[in-house]
Amino acid sequence: MTVRLLDTPIDYHAVTESVRDHRAGAVVLFLGTVREFTNDQQTTALDYDAYPEMAIAKMQQLIDEARERWPVIQAVIEHRIGHLELGEVCVAVAVSSPHRKDAFHAGQFLIDELKVRVPIWKKENWIDGQTEWVHPDNEKSTLPPPA
Amino acid sequence: MNVTIKLFAQARDLAGTSQTNLSLNEGESVKQMLASLIDEHPALSQIQGNLLVAVNNEYVSSNSLIPTNAEIACFPPVSGG
Repeated sequence: MTVRLLDTPIDYHAVTESVRDHRAGAVVLFLGTVREFTNDQQTTALDYDAYPEMAIAKMQQLIDEARERWPVIQAVIEHRIGHLELGEVCVAVAVSSPHRKDAFHAGQFLIDELKVRVPIWKKENWIDGQTEWVHPDNEKSTLPPPA
Repeated sequence: MNVTIKLFAQARDLAGTSQTNLSLNEGESVKQMLASLIDEHPALSQIQGNLLVAVNNEYVSSNSLIPTNAEIACFPPVSGG
């Protein structure tokens, strides 16, 4: 499986091994991890929700597009859903290619586009006990949306 | 026609349900479907301008028509990664 949603920890060593290939001269691994501070707000945990069928389809489309643009040998994306504590790995993107520039470019494309196209959402658990869905329009705002 | 709309994240929380059924006329647009959805679940008006719609796992624009027997989902901007 080249794209997966998991409710258990991502084995990023296994993800990395799965893209290694004798044709590759470069392997790039990106890990997204749960960050404690966003500006001056303190996170205690994140909860991820997904639209699984579409998220899988969109992640596969991203890999197909990366293959059209760069000489990708293998690419894998795994994303967590459910409850994640600080420091846990929420997403892993691994890419192999003959040369490093293409592996970096394809890896950056995959994570950047995942964040705008793949239907997955995170909910912040702030240290004061409040929770808040993160959506690009309210990412910097703690105010409730206008009625 | 009757359609089922899946809701996710803040849209699900505001509507208080993970899916909802609507009765639409044939040939209605995404925009008309959203208006019916908000009539049914007024709390969604809070994020009305941000709601995205997917039909059969693809994003659609507000003037697209709702096909019959399609899988429809409605949700706010994504925030994975």
